Amino acid sequence: MSEKRNTVIKSRKKPPAETVNSFKCSFPAKSVNESFARTAVSAFVSQLDPTVAELADLKTAVSEAVTNSIVHGYKDSPNSLIYLSALYRDDGTVCIEIKDKGCGIPDVKTAMEPAYTTSPGDERSGMGFTVMAAFCDRIKVSSAEGKGTTVILEKRFSST
Amino acid sequence: MNLTYSETKDSLTVKLSGEIDHHGAKFAREEIDSALNKKMPDKFILDMSSITFCDSSGLGLIMGRYKTVKEYGGEIFLKSPAPTVEKMVRLSGLDRLVRIID
Repeated sequence: MSEKRNTVIKSRKKPPAETVNSFKCSFPAKSVNESFARTAVSAFVSQLDPTVAELADLKTAVSEAVTNSIVHGYKDSPNSLIYLSALYRDDGTVCIEIKDKGCGIPDVKTAMEPAYTTSPGDERSGMGFTVMAAFCDRIKVSSAEGKGTTVILEKRFSST
Repeated sequence: MNLTYSETKDSLTVKLSGEIDHHGAKFAREEIDSALNKKMPDKFILDMSSITFCDSSGLGLIMGRYKTVKEYGGEIFLKSPAPTVEKMVRLSGLDRLVRIID
């Protein structure tokens, strides 16, 4: 009897979140694809029935990361590729990866400071990473000079 | 992105509609600046009520127009930004330079 009860309690333990769905794509680093990337992510996460605010936040964060790859990573060389992948888990966590094989960031910590920009003359606000961090629950940036940059954005959706 | 202009004696309103990102910001910047330089209005109102998407390129656009307007002594207002846009404006501290109105 007690053994059976133990078994029941065991099964109540929260299992690790499992991936429910995912997608991967790549596209040329053209500015017109900024809207493609955020729209693709938006269509994908709509399966989670997100709120308007959650969707707006995630789209903004994705747009920032893709714009960074185009403008800074590849310095407007449109034949290079950006790799976008996304997944969501059964706990409602969405995970988006935006990867480029561009010039990389020499000092990620400094680059992530609010208002930091390498091209102030171009009316860049320098707020890209700050916006990504504010609009997602977690952000991870890994970069190697001459090899490229990978940004991983994680956001928990309340609806699930 | 589409721009619609309306004006009174001392004010110019530019209504932006559609999406503001890095791709579209350059066009909007040039268009708005040419209108601003022609009229130099005391009050310049950027109407954001019909914007369906805006990332930090929009912040750059607002910041740049603030500088233009400030230079000739005018004032700039941001009309009806969506919650996400307002959040970004506050995050960047731009709300101290630009007045948000309904």
